[in-house]
Amino acid sequence: METLNKVIINQISTKVEKISGAEAVIKCLLAEGVNLAYGYPGGAIMPIYDALYNYQNQLHHVLTRHEQGAIHAAQGFARVTGKVGMVFATSGPGATNLVTGIADAQIDSTPLVCITGQVSSHLLGSDAFQETDIIGISTPVTKWNYQITRAEEIPEIIAKAFYIAKSGRPGPVLVDITKDAQFGELEFEYKKCEKIRSYRAVPKLEIEKVKAAAEMINSAKKPFIVWGQGIIIGQAEAEFKSFIEKTDIPAASTVLGLSALETSHPLHVGMVGMHGNYAPNVLTNQCDVLIAIGMRFDDRVTGNLQTYAKQAKIIHFEIDPSEVDKNVKTDIAVLGNVKETLAEIMPFINRGSHKNWLNEFHKLLQIEKDEVINNQLNPTKPGLTMGEVLNLINNETKGNAVIVSDVGQHQMFACRYANFIKTRSSVTSGGLGTMGFALPAAIGAKMGVPNREVIAIIGDGGFQMTIQELGTILQTEVAVKIVVLNNSFLGMVRQWQELFFDKRYASTVMKNPNFVKIAEGYGIEAQSVSQRADLTTAIKTMLASKKAYFLEVMIAQEDNVFPMIPTGASVSDIRLS
Amino acid sequence: MEEKQKFTVSVYTENNVGLLNRLSAIFLKRHINIESMTVSPSEIDHVHRFTFVVIVSETLIRKVVGQLDKQIEVVKAYYHKEDEIIYQETAMFKLSTEFLYDEKIQNKLKLRRAHMVAITKSFFVIEMTGLKEDVDRLYDRLKPYGLMQFVRSGRIAITRTPMAISELLKTS
Repeated sequence: METLNKVIINQISTKVEKISGAEAVIKCLLAEGVNLAYGYPGGAIMPIYDALYNYQNQLHHVLTRHEQGAIHAAQGFARVTGKVGMVFATSGPGATNLVTGIADAQIDSTPLVCITGQVSSHLLGSDAFQETDIIGISTPVTKWNYQITRAEEIPEIIAKAFYIAKSGRPGPVLVDITKDAQFGELEFEYKKCEKIRSYRAVPKLEIEKVKAAAEMINSAKKPFIVWGQGIIIGQAEAEFKSFIEKTDIPAASTVLGLSALETSHPLHVGMVGMHGNYAPNVLTNQCDVLIAIGMRFDDRVTGNLQTYAKQAKIIHFEIDPSEVDKNVKTDIAVLGNVKETLAEIMPFINRGSHKNWLNEFHKLLQIEKDEVINNQLNPTKPGLTMGEVLNLINNETKGNAVIVSDVGQHQMFACRYANFIKTRSSVTSGGLGTMGFALPAAIGAKMGVPNREVIAIIGDGGFQMTIQELGTILQTEVAVKIVVLNNSFLGMVRQWQELFFDKRYASTVMKNPNFVKIAEGYGIEAQSVSQRADLTTAIKTMLASKKAYFLEVMIAQEDNVFPMIPTGASVSDIRLS
Repeated sequence: MEEKQKFTVSVYTENNVGLLNRLSAIFLKRHINIESMTVSPSEIDHVHRFTFVVIVSETLIRKVVGQLDKQIEVVKAYYHKEDEIIYQETAMFKLSTEFLYDEKIQNKLKLRRAHMVAITKSFFVIEMTGLKEDVDRLYDRLKPYGLMQFVRSGRIAITRTPMAISELLKTS
């Protein structure tokens, strides 16, 4: 691909004939190696779509059914491939419909380049038809944004956009291009952006900090690692594994860090956070050194900060200096890309052994198994549980599938129980908690890794927020597997109402349509299961299908997610029931 | 609860449209009121300087400055305590010409390093540069005369220690 890009760039740079701004946009994307984009056309972006028509063989465009679907699909694609997700939308409502996805990508550090059309520059500020100030609107939720009003600006700005989106801590970039800039002409020359003088993508590695961290790790008696998505984004899975294996330190994942280390690894002690595992949450408040790697101490991870790991020294491996000391005061901050910092620290750390300490985790895991996990995965009571569905999926996929989850109870079950053997196998909306994320994100994920099984796990609420994307499946024939765990409730909110609001189920009861008929209406094979006896066969049938498949599982309404750290409580006060 | 104090935040940036929006959004996100703000070119060509004054805790300002600093077009953001900077602001007072030869006013101007910058048939304008407290004092003294207009600038500040912006631009 690298050489292909060079060829394209060479071809381009020898040409001096003028082309339209719209065509320049497409040539920039090709030079950046983009061959798949999601979007929705409209008035102000028509010149770009017209130019796209000539390049269909090189740049495949997926027409979604809503701009939010387009951006979530691009996010799913970016998360499983590590490449920049590409989105097109028109001005006004097209652009504003992207905002939720942009905010989601910002908080979950997903690289995206969104190109929006804009009214002609002479109309800017005049409240023209489909004019909206998308730069103003998107500023707080983009890593960078820019409005192009002249065709000549296009190559430089798009090159910057890609560099910013993917470098350092990645994030979404929005480039708004006025219609006259798309129609305007320029002498096209493309140079990839490699630096921006006011922007340092990766902070300088300080070897003294690395050594100090190593010393603290070497002398720790009860060290504990919490890792996040930084391992995956930094492609540091191998370095991370070597690090934990050499130090023999128990390690737990955040929601977004899942799949960076295979679930079955003996040092993998589960997930931290509000609905994470019992042992890592409780022992957070007993460890003597807490090593945070590529994570940002989100409040869903820490619970009450006043009682979070107060007994421990904190080491923070982090690429974004503004995350250091933001939520948890650190003793040593090791700035840099974790791929480099973890490699750098290896010579300074001693081979460790923490068998007794690891055993503490196993003891608490046994308690969690007895009180929660076994009842969830192998229930004997009537009424299907979300946990058993995940368990059966694990049995069939052997951890090979990409699991794309939406937001709510089913998400927590998916994160808790799905087994992973490969990195970039868990895609979910972590920071923003965007219901409606999973269906379009799964479409994008499947397109990103077409040879892998991609299973969307969605609740009946979230499914209906972007249900229109079934149309995208119909049109593209993307073979995504959809599992809707239907309890006819907005389950997570219902759970909170049950526990904290005297069971006053305000606006959480869902009267749902016949989902199977809807899926079939979109040409997707579908079935609904409500009996335990039918579940295994149904999952096997779904996975055997070479095409898209829709499986609805009717879940018991009182199925709650535990353990749980109630809001404001300490991680060590995690409840098992 | 950590005590709030006055901080002056200096942000060196590229000179691009929309950057003010991006910076002010970071204060907005944390519900911080901006007491004053000034934007101007800096000592470096094509580099602008924003000067914000806010009253917050030091823990908070450190986080905010970190988030300002990480914006792509921000070269560097700093925060300073009152004793770390030399700062001034400018104010203008418009008064009716009937007080032009009032001795008390004349004396006040001398005492406070204030200047007359315009005189017309109907009004005259006094300019004064100094600390906020000095401006406040002159304001209190002139108020009884019936101010026709009063305006004051945001704070501008120079740090006592050097700020090596040019070096940053070279190395990055």
